[in-house]
Amino acid sequence: MRDKTMSLEDFASAIEPGATVGIGGWGSRRKPMALVRALLRTDVTDLTVVSLGGPDVGLLCAAGKVRRLVYGFVSLDSIALDPHFRAARESGAVETAEYDEGMFVAGLRAAAQRLSFLPTRAGLGSDVLTMNPDLRTVSSPYDDEEYVAMPALRMDVALIHLNRADAAGNGQYLGPDPYFDDLYAMAADRCYLSCERIVPTGDLVRDAPVQSLLVSRMHVTGVVETPRGAHFTSCVPDYDRDEAFQREYAGAAKDPAAWRRFEESFLRGDEADYRAAVAGFHDAGGTGGAGIPGCAGRIGETDGPRGTRGIGERRG
Amino acid sequence: MEFTRAEVCVTAASDTWRDAGEVLAHAVGTVPAAGARLARLTHSPDLVLSDGEAFLMSELPPLGQTAAAGGVIEAWLPYRRVFDVLQTGRRQSMMGASQLDRYGNQNISAIGDWRRPSRQLIGVRGAPGNTVNHRTDYWVPNHSTRVFVESVDVVSGVGNDRARTGGPAARRFHRLGVVVTDLAVLDYGPDGRLRIRSVHPGVTVRQVQECTGFPLDGTGAGETRAPTAEELRLIREVVDPGSLRSREVPG
Repeated sequence: MRDKTMSLEDFASAIEPGATVGIGGWGSRRKPMALVRALLRTDVTDLTVVSLGGPDVGLLCAAGKVRRLVYGFVSLDSIALDPHFRAARESGAVETAEYDEGMFVAGLRAAAQRLSFLPTRAGLGSDVLTMNPDLRTVSSPYDDEEYVAMPALRMDVALIHLNRADAAGNGQYLGPDPYFDDLYAMAADRCYLSCERIVPTGDLVRDAPVQSLLVSRMHVTGVVETPRGAHFTSCVPDYDRDEAFQREYAGAAKDPAAWRRFEESFLRGDEADYRAAVAGFHDAGGTGGAGIPGCAGRIGETDGPRGTRGIGERRG
Repeated sequence: MEFTRAEVCVTAASDTWRDAGEVLAHAVGTVPAAGARLARLTHSPDLVLSDGEAFLMSELPPLGQTAAAGGVIEAWLPYRRVFDVLQTGRRQSMMGASQLDRYGNQNISAIGDWRRPSRQLIGVRGAPGNTVNHRTDYWVPNHSTRVFVESVDVVSGVGNDRARTGGPAARRFHRLGVVVTDLAVLDYGPDGRLRIRSVHPGVTVRQVQECTGFPLDGTGAGETRAPTAEELRLIREVVDPGSLRSREVPG
């Protein structure tokens, strides 16, 4: 088996301007944040980002790297909306394609199957069809029903983060939810997999069931070992979301001066610098919020993900 | 027996799952989540509940917490299977609404022009798929003319008029139940329009009409039922001992 391990810098230099980039995980859960931070350190721009979005989308929007955003939602889970996403929408800074979450998943499945579309009931009668005038319907050849023909969300590159992988790109999740990372891997021409730890192939199923092997090396181009590489999103069971740091991020995002300070503190160096700065934030007793009170999103207002879904549910 | 407005809302929410059978109860917000649990403990023992994470629970963790805080897991429900389940129709939702119109069109996506919203909300999320796949009810903790509007800015959840003109596939499984608010329970008449089914104890029909941004038929409106002594005991001791409900509906 070929050794596909690479550095964050190797990964970042492999992403072309104008690429369509799918980002795995969900909201503020197991996002490939170290890969996103590596992209922030390049001059790559004009990206189309396809994501069930969280701070991955927020950071790329804030850095001016996104031309078009294709999403089912953009949420920080415990905070209802990513402030950078909200600002991008309210200022008209990015083109958007907003889909029902089930439609989005149908688009991933279509792309993974190399189909041009898949039929779905979701979207019929709603303004999703108004907001995406390119959407077409398809008539059933068997009865009088007509469905939304959800187009394939095909990508140039997929970025995913898993708990473990081997050097050849066999990837493993150890938490309760695979999200859709296997579909992203199959829906893209190239997939870059970051993981908490690269282990020998034989170790993958030593303490975990074979069902945890989510992604096969067939669909993986490069493997990057990035401990804490999903920070500040959750990567259960390795670590939970860093709520204090996420509050710091969201608070800073609401104010240009505070955001510049956040960038200076956390996003100016390499990944090692980032980890050191985060450790410093916690050593200084950081509780988050960038000094802005009441920065936590209102919970339970709408059909939110886990923050709102814990009392209620995570999604529509 | 004394009871609060929040407790009336919880029992009204619970009643939406009466006769739902063995389906997944999807509840967004504190009052709907408490209502689903109360339904499960009283009239609908077969109701299926999730911890809000990736598990279905035969015994639940405390309200607002996940399986990590306790309970008994009975099945695995990662996100990918949620979409599978909802397309089977074995699910019934009670969702929030930032805007609702007289036909039950719901908006949680954005306020203003969707191309450049004056206020970005959470997005359509699962509302389009929910409403054309299974029964959907709404919970509005702040009944006001800001929520109940002449026309919504983005149709996220599909209303009765849109379902009727949306073709056979849109109509086939579309079913709006009721709207529970902090003032009343609204349902839909034969014309597909909202009307007042009942006002909560201490609320008048006129009050509800004044807080609604379109004409609302109050003919035949009754009074929302009071919680029974057993329901009050369950709400206070089992379902929501921390009284999270009173944060959503004060007073």
